[in-house]
Amino acid sequence: METKNILIVGVGGQGTLLTSRIIGDVAVKKGYDVKMSEVHGMAQRGGSVVTHVRYGDKVYSPLVEEGTCDILLAFEKLEALRWIHYLKEDGIAIVNNQEINPMPVITGAAQYPEDIIERIKVTCKKTYIVDALNIAKELGNIKVLNTVLLGILSKHLGLEKTDWEEAIERTVPPKTIELNKKAFSTGYELEIK
Amino acid sequence: MKKLILGNEGVARGAYEAGIKVAAAYPGTPSTEITEFIAKYDEVYAEWSPNEKVAMEVAIGASMAGARAMVTMKHVGLNVAADPLFTVSYTGVNGGLVVLVADDPGMHSSQNEQDSRCYARAAHVPMLEPADSQEAKDYMKLAFNLSEKYDTPVFVRMTTRVSHAQSIVEIGEREEIELKPYEKNIQKNVMMPGMAIKRHIVVENRMNQLAEDANSLEINRIEWNDTKIGIITSGIAYQYVKEALPNASVLKLGMVHPLPMKLIKEFADKVETLYIVEELEAVIEEQVKANGISAIGKEIFSVQGELSVKKILSAIANKEIQTKNPEALPGRPPVLCPGCPHRGIYYVMKKLKLNATGDIGCYTLGALEPLAGIDTCVCMGASVGMVHGIEKARGRDFSKNWVGVIGDSTFIHSGITGLIDIVYNKGMSTVVILDNSTTGMTGHQDNPATGKTIKGEAAPVLNLVELAKAIGIKNVRVVDPFDLKEVEAVLKEETNKDEPSVIIASRPCALLIKEKKAPYKITDACVLCGACLRLGCPAIEKQDGKVVINDALCNGCGLCPKVCRVNAIVKDGE
Repeated sequence: METKNILIVGVGGQGTLLTSRIIGDVAVKKGYDVKMSEVHGMAQRGGSVVTHVRYGDKVYSPLVEEGTCDILLAFEKLEALRWIHYLKEDGIAIVNNQEINPMPVITGAAQYPEDIIERIKVTCKKTYIVDALNIAKELGNIKVLNTVLLGILSKHLGLEKTDWEEAIERTVPPKTIELNKKAFSTGYELEIK
Repeated sequence: MKKLILGNEGVARGAYEAGIKVAAAYPGTPSTEITEFIAKYDEVYAEWSPNEKVAMEVAIGASMAGARAMVTMKHVGLNVAADPLFTVSYTGVNGGLVVLVADDPGMHSSQNEQDSRCYARAAHVPMLEPADSQEAKDYMKLAFNLSEKYDTPVFVRMTTRVSHAQSIVEIGEREEIELKPYEKNIQKNVMMPGMAIKRHIVVENRMNQLAEDANSLEINRIEWNDTKIGIITSGIAYQYVKEALPNASVLKLGMVHPLPMKLIKEFADKVETLYIVEELEAVIEEQVKANGISAIGKEIFSVQGELSVKKILSAIANKEIQTKNPEALPGRPPVLCPGCPHRGIYYVMKKLKLNATGDIGCYTLGALEPLAGIDTCVCMGASVGMVHGIEKARGRDFSKNWVGVIGDSTFIHSGITGLIDIVYNKGMSTVVILDNSTTGMTGHQDNPATGKTIKGEAAPVLNLVELAKAIGIKNVRVVDPFDLKEVEAVLKEETNKDEPSVIIASRPCALLIKEKKAPYKITDACVLCGACLRLGCPAIEKQDGKVVINDALCNGCGLCPKVCRVNAIVKDGE
């Protein structure tokens, strides 16, 4: 199998790491070679964060190169646009339609671009926009927006739903298993255009 | 059993399986998780030491006492620990001693990108460099064996992309290693000139022997392929090379000091063009060229930042990968969190137009607009010595407008000696200790002032007030950084005294507070004065000409209502 390249991007604190770890867990269970690269330390403090996930028969580098990404999973709109050039020609973008203003916008030194979704769609023909924050709110905890997004992503990776549910059971804190599984299901069953 | 784990966990697992008994460290990205993982093993004593020098000395003591021991730090921590390092190279070890250093090419979370391989050469200490989590584990075990076989401390060097990458590892069993007997031996362990002169000879012989044996060391291996292109590489760069040029012949160095020069010559002789692909300094390249071997290295690669598959393809294969350009967008630098206690101090400092020498920690982020609270950041503890130097250079009138700003953990790490200097040499500086009861930036590690050890056991609490008094500071003030009026009054008083002062701004890190407080909101009473926006809180923003609070980010800390002159900020639901 050709190596799958996935980028998970967002703002420090949004829970991108847990999402990548669930994907990694599934890929290992399926017998693939897996490499993932994470961001720890300074950038986590509300900065732009990215996790690289790669799996296949044999994977050397833990980093997804520009122009080779199969799926970009973005937890925030501006971050989606920041990383969109990593997508390959027919790559997929799944974008949480949430805005988090970076400090240069808050101080007035810069403007939050208004045309982000249009600009993403110019580069990426297969863009899925989803309001995961509100879905998570309705589920009772905004923190599970990451598992909602994972549910959407999982359908593009061609593995069984039960594989994912088992990985969630192994990965998330025990108290949150049921909520996370529910969030995953909600994302999995979502019809998005 | 196979497991997907971080490189840092691989290091910890390797140390555990190698029968390690003592592990000491000071936290520092990208090395921090190593000691946190080790602390989970009951068979191992683990500690956060006050700084890397102490950690190194703890590990040396444990080794001399006959146990397998390790010390862990980031690259800049090695500067702090360099003093014992250079001499333990002379004494050698009893139980195996491994020095784990994690470099940060690209400076993801560091103030410079120094190359620790230079220390291996300078201190005559062998160094191994793994390229993934499995190698991290395997090389740790090898490092302990080499340490005991050659009577030397051994470096294991990680870089960010190995430390913080996950890959698959085969988990093994722990091998219990008996303590080696302790025998007093002043010729070996007391480094006075008479003994050290003799030990230096031992060091040179040891390194010569290691250089010879490195030629047949399994982790230095040639992967023959097409011989048109030959590449010497190590660590993460090896992974990029394999991905970029799968048909090239590769000499992968698992040991990056000393180099296996015979093996390198044999490889060089058989390939048409020899390239050396290494991140940061030309450490391998300079030695290879000094041995009369022609090779191409930094002529086509930079000494700055990280390598990548794309850079290697472009430099060696002249293959430019056409990709779309990144979009021009507002940046998203890391910021102080909503509810961060440092925000209160910086807000008042800005109001009073104070300058400040800064230090290493989350509070370094306060250098950026809109708080713009510090003027400098050099190294751990520098704020204290520097604010004193500023006063000695320009006099008290100038220094009245300055404070030194340092976190609790950083103060204990290396601010205490600076404070002694201020008192001893009749300085009048004001030092502000931002005491958030944790080591924040590296992910909330305990320290001597938190009352807990790395294993979560209760520990005596270092009393910063009594410590400052014992040093000779008469003016020690404790403030709540969210009591802005008090902070302002105390800062004014203390900076105007012709005596040294310590202000301890005490409030726990916002991320340590588990209970969720209701968020605030901004009512129609808002007159758009912008005072709350100047707090630089990520939860307060302007939307369609109005100032609003993002309820998904606000943690209800209550600082912003204090700066609002028209009482337009209220608790949601009030």
